Amino acid sequence: MSALRILVPVKRVIDYAVKPRVNKAQTGVETAGVKHSMNPFDELSVEESVRIREKKSAPGGVEDICVLSAGPAKAQDVLRTAMAMGADRAIHVDVKEGEDLEPLTVAKLLKAAAERERSNLVILGKQSIDDDAGQTGQMLAGLLGWPQATQASKVEFGEGDTVTVTREVDGGVETLRAKLPMVITTDLRLNEPRYASLPNIMKAKKKPLEKKTLADFGITNDKRLKVLKVTEPPARQGGGKVEDVDGLISKLKELGAI
Amino acid sequence: MSPAPNPELRRQVIAIYKQLLFLGRDYPQGYAWFRERLHRAFAAKAHLTDEAEIRKALAHADFVRKEIEALYYLKRYRTLRQRYDGA
Repeated sequence: MSALRILVPVKRVIDYAVKPRVNKAQTGVETAGVKHSMNPFDELSVEESVRIREKKSAPGGVEDICVLSAGPAKAQDVLRTAMAMGADRAIHVDVKEGEDLEPLTVAKLLKAAAERERSNLVILGKQSIDDDAGQTGQMLAGLLGWPQATQASKVEFGEGDTVTVTREVDGGVETLRAKLPMVITTDLRLNEPRYASLPNIMKAKKKPLEKKTLADFGITNDKRLKVLKVTEPPARQGGGKVEDVDGLISKLKELGAI
Repeated sequence: MSPAPNPELRRQVIAIYKQLLFLGRDYPQGYAWFRERLHRAFAAKAHLTDEAEIRKALAHADFVRKEIEALYYLKRYRTLRQRYDGA
């Protein structure tokens, strides 16, 4: 049984509690001066990899937990948070503010990173709460030629490098079994991520953080998709009150419902 | 805690106070609201000198820390479930 080398990609996104506002040019949402935090689904994947180590659920043990984030310099904050939660080290791939990567580019980057770090398990969030593409994990598995288990709600390890993943599907659960190396994406009920406490954040500052660029991985940021326009959803139309049953019927007739 | 308190307990009290302040940054009613109340709660117990009493208060502070962490987790979980699970 080989020891696990887990790669956990994380993304810095606008905090889930913030209501996003569309910018004036209608090209995206306003990000300046808005609270950011780690993508909640990525927190689940960090937590899961730390739990695999703490519960010793993998027979070969966990050799390394490496978190990776591609983004502006502030992405280092979420890497520190991930290390405070228990990851061993971090890689920050510098991408300038506003030059967001598309899922395919991210998948190519992660493929190069997984090969460089000799990872045998990649745990990703199933989607990010800003772009909601939900494609990176699947494309990464395709590029690497590894088995994939998406939207895991339970991960168990067996003999001979096998991993059993349970996923919630409509009306029940589905169980998948595959051999390492593999790609897993996390769903909401996989675990309860811990809070990165202040002392742990301080300790995490001593953990190694590598700085890289896209070129170090031989990747260029090619755009295949173009955002034409971003608009707010239409405001909800207010309801009206009717006096009595006759009023209701006449109102419905007026609207052509009966 | 002026009359020569146990330095170890004093350190623990300050540590949990800092931790709670840090947690308060994300508090739903805002940091200012939280900080004032936290300060009041600690000030109300500043007169304690008995070690057992201080330990009890520390245990309570730790309980509050766990409650706040659970509150944040549940708040986020419920929001995400509403957004992504269609429940």
